[in-house]
Amino acid sequence: MLVLVEQSLNGLQFGLLLFLLAAGLTLVFGIMDFVNLAHGSLYMMGAYFAATFVAWTGSFVIGVALALGATLLLGIALEYVALRHLYGRDHLDQVLATFGLILFFNDAVRLIWGPAGLALPLPAWLTVPVQIMPGVYYPAYRLAIIVTALAVAAMLYVVVMRTRIGMLIRAGASNREMIGALGINIKLLFTLVFGLGAALAGLAGLMQAPILTVQIGMGENILILAFVIIVIGGIGSIRGAFLAAIFVGMIDTLGRAFLPDLLRKVLSSAAASTAAPALSSMLIYLLMAIVLVVRPEGLFPAARR
Amino acid sequence: MNFPLDLRNVVVALVAAGLLLLPLYSALSGNIFILTLFTRIIIFALAAASLNLIMGYGGMMSFGHAAYLGIGGYAVGILAAEGIGSGFIQWPLALAVSALYALVIGALSLRTRGVYFIMITLAFAQMAYYVASGLSRYGGDDGLTIYKRSDFAGLINPGNRVQFYYLCLACLFGGIYLIWRIVNSRFGLVVQGVRSNEQRMQAIGFHANRYRLVCFVIAGTICGLAGALLANNTDFVSPAVMYWTRSGDLMVMVILGGMGSLFGPVIGAVVYLVLEEVLSQFTEYWALIMGPLLLLIVLFARGGIMGLLGRMSRG
Amino acid sequence: MVDSLADPLLRVEKLVRRFGGILATDNLSLDVAAGELHAIIGPNGAGKTTLISQLTGQLMPNSGAIHFAGRDVTGLPSYRRSRLGLARSFQITSLLPDFTAADNVALAAQAHDGHSFRFWGNARKEKHLRDAARSALTRVGLEARADVPVSELSHGEQRELELAVALATKPQLLLLDEPMAGLGATESTRMVALLKELRREVTIVLVEHDMEAVFALADRITVLVYGRVIASGMPEAIRRDEEVRRAYLGDQHAVTSHVQ
Repeated sequence: MLVLVEQSLNGLQFGLLLFLLAAGLTLVFGIMDFVNLAHGSLYMMGAYFAATFVAWTGSFVIGVALALGATLLLGIALEYVALRHLYGRDHLDQVLATFGLILFFNDAVRLIWGPAGLALPLPAWLTVPVQIMPGVYYPAYRLAIIVTALAVAAMLYVVVMRTRIGMLIRAGASNREMIGALGINIKLLFTLVFGLGAALAGLAGLMQAPILTVQIGMGENILILAFVIIVIGGIGSIRGAFLAAIFVGMIDTLGRAFLPDLLRKVLSSAAASTAAPALSSMLIYLLMAIVLVVRPEGLFPAARR
Repeated sequence: MNFPLDLRNVVVALVAAGLLLLPLYSALSGNIFILTLFTRIIIFALAAASLNLIMGYGGMMSFGHAAYLGIGGYAVGILAAEGIGSGFIQWPLALAVSALYALVIGALSLRTRGVYFIMITLAFAQMAYYVASGLSRYGGDDGLTIYKRSDFAGLINPGNRVQFYYLCLACLFGGIYLIWRIVNSRFGLVVQGVRSNEQRMQAIGFHANRYRLVCFVIAGTICGLAGALLANNTDFVSPAVMYWTRSGDLMVMVILGGMGSLFGPVIGAVVYLVLEEVLSQFTEYWALIMGPLLLLIVLFARGGIMGLLGRMSRG
Repeated sequence: MVDSLADPLLRVEKLVRRFGGILATDNLSLDVAAGELHAIIGPNGAGKTTLISQLTGQLMPNSGAIHFAGRDVTGLPSYRRSRLGLARSFQITSLLPDFTAADNVALAAQAHDGHSFRFWGNARKEKHLRDAARSALTRVGLEARADVPVSELSHGEQRELELAVALATKPQLLLLDEPMAGLGATESTRMVALLKELRREVTIVLVEHDMEAVFALADRITVLVYGRVIASGMPEAIRRDEEVRRAYLGDQHAVTSHVQ
């Protein structure tokens, strides 16, 4: 029971992290019709910046804030210098160009920080276990991730649904030509949206850094999951990304935690330990396959193109 | 074949001649490395050619094609590990499993279009990667060593470098010839038509997705062959060969060479892999150059190398 | 030559199609008899192309039924309807731009000549397909441009090619969506002459704005406004119909007295 609660919270936390990553991706795709494979690289840079700045300043909070700012600036610079020239191009071109950027970033990181990963230690006040229910303790940091991510999700919701900028974003997701015709400064809007996406990716990266990893190539693995989430949730839909992310996070975490035991009840121990990791990894993709069969446009598609 | 004399044909002829004569050069100069390098290049050229069939001719941008390299490779590796060393069993099985995988993945993925399709194929290939990583009996993440190459009962000895090189080259030329015939056949015209204007093709009576799927399966099967060849070449197979960045490499080779041109993938594979080799002699950080180079190619050199040569021929 | 007592070749029953809040097809019913040339006219936005798209399967109706040659084809995808003998030309030219004119037509012929899962023989060398293509191109007057890539054809030639492609599928019912849009005077005359020939061989549904052509060709005319049929019948009756004049042909022809 305890394990179930703990794993469910882990699943929620993982899902929320995935949401932050997927939200940026789906925003950029929904508004600018731009597929950004290098989104994972921004996630990685967030983690690397955080590890570096926290070490320099000695303060977790300041380091993290600086890292967030740096990732935002990096995203804006990237958009301004290179990526804006790819708007309106074939998606394939965008995929290839941003793929090139991934290669570039991975090697750049290797050049600057070396091939071994970095560590991001947590300050003492974040490592204490917090009592969430009588007798149930959960690490403070993971709780912080959940709270922060939910806060960001709520802020995103408010901005997208209740502000003028948000209205432009929603309009842009359903009809790009219209917002141009309305005389809005498209270039600025696009740059801001891209920057927002970069910041979200960086935030996800730096948040998971203390508990998971800071290493080269970390962006690629999780990027695939973000894509799966967007497919399941529907491109351009933040609500879809949120629900799909939680769902995917839960299934992946709970699956990995409980599937080996479940399998052991059915198969022999040897077969179970061979099959379990493979099957757990496959769960998400099976889920995606099912959604594809039943609803190819995703569960909550934002608009008809 | 009807070849007008233009720059593209000259280059293709030179490359083909070069590939044919390479073992001679290697024997004369004593440079073994160049032989193994080009064996690898030829195998990737075959893989790229199969991807070009679905991308260039079929309009299906698959970002998961490297999965077949793994499937073909693991078919050979697993059978070898279980004591079945005959190439006559391993290779047909490699083709069959690749075809089956392509059928299932294709049927699911082709329900989507455009960027969805790119993402789905990417995700499924990554799934194959994770499944292979989980096969602890066959090495998991560390990969599987193949102690003895595929046995063809004396017909051909894959252990002999030169023989193996020519086997791969025969597969490449054979594959290109097969693709050429397919592209000009009834089937090929339909596939290209569907890429060109799906609505029009449906309106005249073609079930577009059925043709796409068959094309997808054919391409996957050819790439499975490349996978079997690759496993023999490296005497090793690991999940890394299916990692999504490898699929990206294949796409780059196709685009670089010139998407939709018959020999483009060969040129693309040669240039990409030779470039990678040369750059890594100079610096450990060759991707720092390769990355932006890719970006520039996408921005400015549409139609790849064959396209460039074609434009140079005309004007 | 129009047998109005026999079963209609095409029967449309209470077709409804919505786009969000807009009712593009509003309980539309229509009959097309075998052998006739039935014109569909109406102002822009009347839903003519939406109707054609539902007839050929590019669009699915929200409710209602479509019967072709006695079969219920309402849910069939477009490639199945093509096989049954329903052919269409598109209002916005929809051809294969990377192929030549002859290739475009030959592919249409190929679609109705057995299956295309043949992987080895050169399809461009199949004589009967190429001959069928050539004869369709000759009919529309494009035989000299057979080997020109579609992207290099003029707009008028592309409209003619649309017709040739539809013809090559040997249809029972030809649905033409503004085939004369953007044609010059000579090309228009040629197209009208061609349609006069074709009406003797195949049933035609013609959507057009060119009123001269419509009244010269049509056996019957249906008038669409806002997705509804407001009048349907012989050309003379349509010309005199008050509602039609008000809605479409122009108020100055309407009889002004409303006192009965």
